[in-house]
Amino acid sequence: MSKLSEAIKNKEFVITSEVGPPKGTNMKECLEEAKHFGDKVMAINVTDIQSAVMRIGSLATCIKLKELGYEPIMQMVCRDRNRLSLQSELLNADIFGIENMLCLTGDHQTLGDHPECKGVFDLDSVQLLAAAKGLMAGQDLAGGKLDGSPNFLLGGVVSPGLEPVELQIMKMEKKIQAGAKFIQTQSIFEPEKFRQFMEKVKHINVPIFAGIIILKSVGMARFMNKNVAGVSVPEEMIKEMKATKDKKATGVAIAARIIREIKPYCQGVHIMPLGWADTVPEIIKQAEL
Amino acid sequence: MIIAKLKPFDEIKEMLEDYRKILVLGCGSCVAVCMAGGEKEAGLLTTQLQMAFELDKSGKTVETITILRQCDREYIEEVKEKLGQYDAILSIACGVGVQFTAEVLDGTKILLPGLNTTFLGATAEPGTWVERCLACGDCVLDETGGVCPVTMCSKSLMNGPCGGHEEGKCEVERTRDCGWVLIYERLKKLNKLDLLKTFKGPKNYGAVKRPDKIIHEAYQPVAVEKEEAKDKK
Ligand code: SF4
Ligand code: SF4
Repeated sequence: MSKLSEAIKNKEFVITSEVGPPKGTNMKECLEEAKHFGDKVMAINVTDIQSAVMRIGSLATCIKLKELGYEPIMQMVCRDRNRLSLQSELLNADIFGIENMLCLTGDHQTLGDHPECKGVFDLDSVQLLAAAKGLMAGQDLAGGKLDGSPNFLLGGVVSPGLEPVELQIMKMEKKIQAGAKFIQTQSIFEPEKFRQFMEKVKHINVPIFAGIIILKSVGMARFMNKNVAGVSVPEEMIKEMKATKDKKATGVAIAARIIREIKPYCQGVHIMPLGWADTVPEIIKQAEL
Repeated sequence: MIIAKLKPFDEIKEMLEDYRKILVLGCGSCVAVCMAGGEKEAGLLTTQLQMAFELDKSGKTVETITILRQCDREYIEEVKEKLGQYDAILSIACGVGVQFTAEVLDGTKILLPGLNTTFLGATAEPGTWVERCLACGDCVLDETGGVCPVTMCSKSLMNGPCGGHEEGKCEVERTRDCGWVLIYERLKKLNKLDLLKTFKGPKNYGAVKRPDKIIHEAYQPVAVEKEEAKDKK
């Protein structure tokens, strides 16, 4: 059983973080990031051709992390592969001992660095979860029987800040029905709004881990407000970043403060350091986790 | 209807480089409605080409005719002989029309496309056309309040939106509505939001065997034979 499954089973407060595979074959920096996270991080998300920018794959990076003793959460998106390839990749992941699988839609190909490529989207994230669940039960999407079936802890994502939130909740419910055993959220900057969201999904019986992004600069905050759907960094936080001399320390303090405030309402946090992996232990410490 | 737009003039001109006697062949149906390849547009393009060739002193001639439909053998046959008089035919029908005219002429004449065929759409307002259907062969509009998830969602998602919409707009283009927000709003008005709760399985992308073919029941070989047998009696 994966550490993540174990923690969920024991109703522990879950802490996960994330790395992004590099563009090119130099894995050094990416793997080094994992070293910074420290013991409290139970598992590490590995993004799948994140932002539709061509790079090393999720599975290969997960295998590398595992070799070093870390527990990966493999992300899989629907953009680049049809149902044959997606199901095959799920089997591939299993034989390399990958135990956690996070299924997502994926950013549209036109937003990446190969905007002229053909997007696939043969399945959506709910169908991908259902496909994985089917494989775990020994059957593929066409009803074919498997000789040996994989075993995963399946997860999905939700974006609590998106309107209409009802639509987000409906889709999240479908993900859970399709087999998701945990949910990670888009990054949270407004604890009160998050509390209201968690109130609306009280009936959900799988743990929800709040996404935390470390603010690195005023520019980054403004960029996210403008370009990242469902994320809004409050003006006071932007002011805080503007006023500080030590961006890193303030970014860490803000992230820790958000975690302290939302901790009572969720079952864990997923910290996305976006290159500042070394700040993760300090955030965890200041957040009193 | 089929929506298309004229190729850039320079691209068209380059295509015509090797030919002297050119015919611009317009089509009087879909592409006439979307103001890309009808009689009027054929006339305009012909004049433009004539002027350009005159400036070049290339000695090329350009004439034009327009037929009602280039996707119908009957109308092409009517002008087949005339088409024989030119070195090249620049068809400004959709891709179907260009191919069908070429098929009728069967290698006796080169056909060149003057349009880029773009989508199946409707007239949103005068001069504006919008895409609405990808001809998937397995229509699900009954489940989505008459808004097509395959077409109106940039990722053709079947079970709800991705995380990329913001203020009702799609992540691909912030000026375009998110298909799933449209579906949600329509179903809400219809008081049928419950339709969204059911899991939609993977779509049957094999429903259309591209290139597909449809034969109306009455024209199935068996049906035709039966009719003929009746006649004999
Ligand atoms: S579901 Fe969409 S793409 Fe398919 S036939 Fe209906 S409108 Fe067209
Ligand atoms: S933003 Fe809406 S329309 Fe665009 S891809 Fe996502 S769900 Fe589809």
